[in-house]
Amino acid sequence: AKGFRVLVGVKRVIDYAVKVRVAGDGSGVVKKNVKHSMNPFDEIALEEAVRMKESGVAGEVVAVSIGPKEASETLRTACAMGADRAIHIISDCDVEPLAIAKVLSKIVSVEQPNVVIVGKQSIDDDSNQTGQMLAGLLSWPQGTFASSVTFEKEEKDRALVSREVDEGEESLRLTIPCVITADLRLNEPRYATLPNIMKAKRKKITTVDIGKLGVDVKPRFEVLRVMEPPTRKAGSVVESVDELLKGMREAGTL
Amino acid sequence: VSTMLLVDHDNKHLSPTFFSAITASKKLGGEVSMFVAGHKCDSVVEECLSIDGISKVIVASDVLLEHPTAETMTPLLVAAQKQFSFSHILSNHSSFGKNIIPRLGAVLDVQPVADVVEIRAENHFVRPFYAGNALMELKVSEKPVILTIRPTAFEKHAKLDEKKGTVVEKMDFDAPKEAIGSEFVSMKVPEKGGRPDLSTAPIVVAGGRGVGSREKFEWVEKLADKLGAAVGATRAVVDAGGIISNDAQIGQTGKIIAPELYIGVGVSGAIQHVAGIKDSKVIVAINKDPEAPIFQVADFGLVADALKAVPELLEKL
Repeated sequence: AKGFRVLVGVKRVIDYAVKVRVAGDGSGVVKKNVKHSMNPFDEIALEEAVRMKESGVAGEVVAVSIGPKEASETLRTACAMGADRAIHIISDCDVEPLAIAKVLSKIVSVEQPNVVIVGKQSIDDDSNQTGQMLAGLLSWPQGTFASSVTFEKEEKDRALVSREVDEGEESLRLTIPCVITADLRLNEPRYATLPNIMKAKRKKITTVDIGKLGVDVKPRFEVLRVMEPPTRKAGSVVESVDELLKGMREAGTL
Repeated sequence: VSTMLLVDHDNKHLSPTFFSAITASKKLGGEVSMFVAGHKCDSVVEECLSIDGISKVIVASDVLLEHPTAETMTPLLVAAQKQFSFSHILSNHSSFGKNIIPRLGAVLDVQPVADVVEIRAENHFVRPFYAGNALMELKVSEKPVILTIRPTAFEKHAKLDEKKGTVVEKMDFDAPKEAIGSEFVSMKVPEKGGRPDLSTAPIVVAGGRGVGSREKFEWVEKLADKLGAAVGATRAVVDAGGIISNDAQIGQTGKIIAPELYIGVGVSGAIQHVAGIKDSKVIVAINKDPEAPIFQVADFGLVADALKAVPELLEKL
């Protein structure tokens, strides 16, 4: 195919609307019988790749997920959104960002993509590390927290990336191959339509056991326990501005 | 323990949230060195030298470091680590730290600990995950220990250096320009109208969907100006476009704040937004929906239409 090959990392996470509960024994959070879906930032990453294909910049979009057998549903969704094919690295344990980055770099060495796009963070672990780590392992430039990506064709292919940083918006020019991590404002992901869901059933998902990749994925952290955060107690609810001001003054807030 | 603290600055001053990272470094115990990379950043080095208990300031100065990228910073930090063998490398969990530290970790084959809110011992930390709905207590056994800390979880270090024994170490930046792969193009800093910085302001007024138009949002700004507060917003308001810039978003994936006083106007209190405000000392919520989840975390709640309540509040304050 003409154009770039784009590799997109998609993670299966507890759905963003679920109020997560900590397991009573401190071993983790309750995942059983809880709705899961594609990490919202990865949906944005995938949408960007599909748009690159639609605009002729990309020739092929490959989705990859590292996770339990249920992650195949996430990959099927990715295919329904427009990925051409998918790779499922099956892992029954939680994998830390460095190990994920190592697995992805292994896949990069096989697939030889021009651009890798991942969400800037997964809403379960919240580390915000995987894309940067992959770029470091590959010695590729990185465009993190991207709110806009355009491709220039001059002497060399370049990506112009706008980044959401604390102070405002930074713009970088990256050589290709590069890693991009998607922020919220990069695009608005599409919904998979029924015909596309049907078509996705025929797309190829390759499965590989994580243990067969020859990558060290042993956890580096010793997690001692997972705890409930301290909760805030609701205070008083009033119905007039005067009562609000009175309460705040009495409490010494104003 | 010897810690290298990666300094976040704008070539003139340390970032306002940076003083929390200094406190965190001191909690680790042992020596603290500061790593400053920039261009014409002498005033930043002076500021570092004025901080109490810093043993070294490592300075790399080059025009290519004026806007440091992860690609330019990582080899420098690796070289500094090789030379000084720090036991810990620390930075803020800011967009600056989040961009560089994971790349450095991968190159050093270390899994950094992100968003640390508590340092229990030199290798024993607590970090939130799942939008702060759970806390992970963990131990790290690899060296160096690399971490990014949540600034609002640590006091700002304010003590000045009286002994002035800090050593300055210069480092050369010699990466060939063509090998870097990333090039700074521009930086747009939105006009804040003289309002304080959202990350560090003692008072924050934030607007949500209930004030989700440019016209309605002006009431949020008027209230903020009356109180000398910073202005923030929920994702819905920022996404709407044309109301407020992206950097004003508060929440799980935006800015995490912990002001003395937070006032949410027309904010319903989605999990993701509450993750960014729940360490505020006092939370005030104004929302016309009595069932809005924000009332479950608010110290003072007012069930009222924001567009009626805020003008009245402005008059009576």
